[in-house]
Amino acid sequence: MNRINKLFQEKKNILSIYYTAGYPNLGDTVAIAEELERSGADLLEIGFPYSDPVADGPIIQASSKTALDGGMTLKLLFEQLKDLRKTVSIPVLLMGYVNPMLQYGVANFCKSCAEVGVDGCIVPDLPMSEYEALYSDVFKENGLTNIFLVTPQTSEERIRKIDGLSNGFIYLLSSSATTGKNLQVSESTEAYFSRVAEMKLNNPTMIGFGISSKETFDKACQYANGAIIGSAFVKSLKSDNVIASVKDFMKTFKP
Amino acid sequence: MNYFVNEKGYFGDFGGAYIPEMLYPNVEELRTNYLKIIEDEDFQKEFHQLLKDYVGRPSPLYLAKRLSQRYNANIFLKREDLNHTGAHKINNTIGQILLAERLGKKRIIAETGAGQHGVATATVCALRGLECVVYMGEIDIQRQAPNVARMKMLGATVVPATSGSKTLKDATNEAMRDWINNPLDTHYIVGSVVGPHPYPDMVAIFQSIISEETKKQLVEHTGSDQPDYVLACVGGGSNAMGMFYHFINDENVKLIAVEAAGKGVDTGHSAATTFLGKEGVLHGSRSILMQTEDGQVIEPYSVSAGLDYPGIGPQHAHLFKTLRGEYVSVTDDEALQAGLRLTQLEGIIPAIESAHALAYLEKMKFTGKENVVVCLSGRGDKDMDTYLKYFGL
Repeated sequence: MNRINKLFQEKKNILSIYYTAGYPNLGDTVAIAEELERSGADLLEIGFPYSDPVADGPIIQASSKTALDGGMTLKLLFEQLKDLRKTVSIPVLLMGYVNPMLQYGVANFCKSCAEVGVDGCIVPDLPMSEYEALYSDVFKENGLTNIFLVTPQTSEERIRKIDGLSNGFIYLLSSSATTGKNLQVSESTEAYFSRVAEMKLNNPTMIGFGISSKETFDKACQYANGAIIGSAFVKSLKSDNVIASVKDFMKTFKP
Repeated sequence: MNYFVNEKGYFGDFGGAYIPEMLYPNVEELRTNYLKIIEDEDFQKEFHQLLKDYVGRPSPLYLAKRLSQRYNANIFLKREDLNHTGAHKINNTIGQILLAERLGKKRIIAETGAGQHGVATATVCALRGLECVVYMGEIDIQRQAPNVARMKMLGATVVPATSGSKTLKDATNEAMRDWINNPLDTHYIVGSVVGPHPYPDMVAIFQSIISEETKKQLVEHTGSDQPDYVLACVGGGSNAMGMFYHFINDENVKLIAVEAAGKGVDTGHSAATTFLGKEGVLHGSRSILMQTEDGQVIEPYSVSAGLDYPGIGPQHAHLFKTLRGEYVSVTDDEALQAGLRLTQLEGIIPAIESAHALAYLEKMKFTGKENVVVCLSGRGDKDMDTYLKYFGL
């Protein structure tokens, strides 16, 4: 059984943390992963930066720019992750945009993921139809899971289709928004979370976008198997003392 | 060979809809409705009435005699510069605002480079009483001040894009982010033949009025609806696609698309996408774009804010790859000289964008018999500062 399925079988209230590879310093990628695992994170999403991240708000945009200016590339990221599995045992996903993947070659990308022990990917601008037609086989051959997003506007029919193509979890966006906004659980958001829960999907769900504090995390966990924190974590990272800033942030979640 | 969009939203290998799930419902709503709406009789009637009475169409096809003498060919200028607001951009914004109304949208967003599309969008929003927000790169705001003033007077909110190169590409990113955050009441009027399907096809359809008229006008001038050459400048490529559209299946008509080489194709300061680009995905479609080996988008450069874009529309990528179109480039200097030349030979000050198409005439050889149509996509009022500084006038 892969690490992701195992995690969801064994745990509730799963805490997933997103951060951008190569931020705040080019060489921080693996050290941050190690500290997050030590501090109690259950799942990691490592972002490979892109110059034009349209689904992201200002914080992740800025971290992507810093990482790219510092020299981060997909090739370098896979080099950095070469020995990841010697020190990190929790599931790891790579998250990024489709164009860097296309230039690296999707088959090569999947192979490199498998080699370093990455468990899956989240590629927001890779359409479901293209994934299904062109890439699902090579993902499967390399034991990778592809995580799809669902928004409050996604139809039930489409959610069913996504559920059928998924093997890991489904990423529920708290609202239709770019990253880095605060979660407001209004009546309509609640209705949407409940609507998805009542669909009794095959895959577990994680809520992301707008989760910034212990309070919003706990709220999200009422409706899903866990939640994902991105911008709030990235914002808290301090370039001169990265490990201490990771510890400080995680203390607020796992005191 | 099919040069037009297929049922999957592709032009050959290019196109598609590479968008995050947040945009799926918006784009899907457009995809399933755009042809139905556009082909509706009432829509067509209203669209053509506005193009006639409000935009001032048909725009003239002018036989430029002194230019023709210089090049030893019959040079016709398709006068999109005479449209209301001064460029071809309004053909598309009229179409899209009527479509947005029929989709029940209350708020309009747009991106703009030179400001022509922003002005054209602000204009139709004023005309129809809809809220308008225009994203514009911070650098473009500085170099296109008159257009910023026009948008403001028209009641639009102009939001500076401060990320990346602070030009058209970044304004487009910001507009897409706005749309993600406002999925229900907002229509995004994309200004060029770029973006996820159905935008490239939809914008091309609205701009195709340019070649539709040109064909009829050519018959009056020459007795044939087929010229030997059609030329247009290409940034994202909307005026070029409008100018090419009804000639694409006339295989005897040579289509020439002129890109902005900036300071020179090999100088690192260029926007000549087909020379410098590779296949990839930008702003929601698979096309050709300028990028690093790692797939990061390269900041383009051109003296012309309207051509300063690192990609081309997917239909252009298809015309380029199938060799149906010839994609060439001219430098800043060549374009500015061509702008001055047209001004002094014909009394027409062109937009620097359009001057790129004119500049390529210098590199062509004619025998005196050829009929050549150049799309004069916009007027040069907005570029006076650049012209004056360059020529020290």
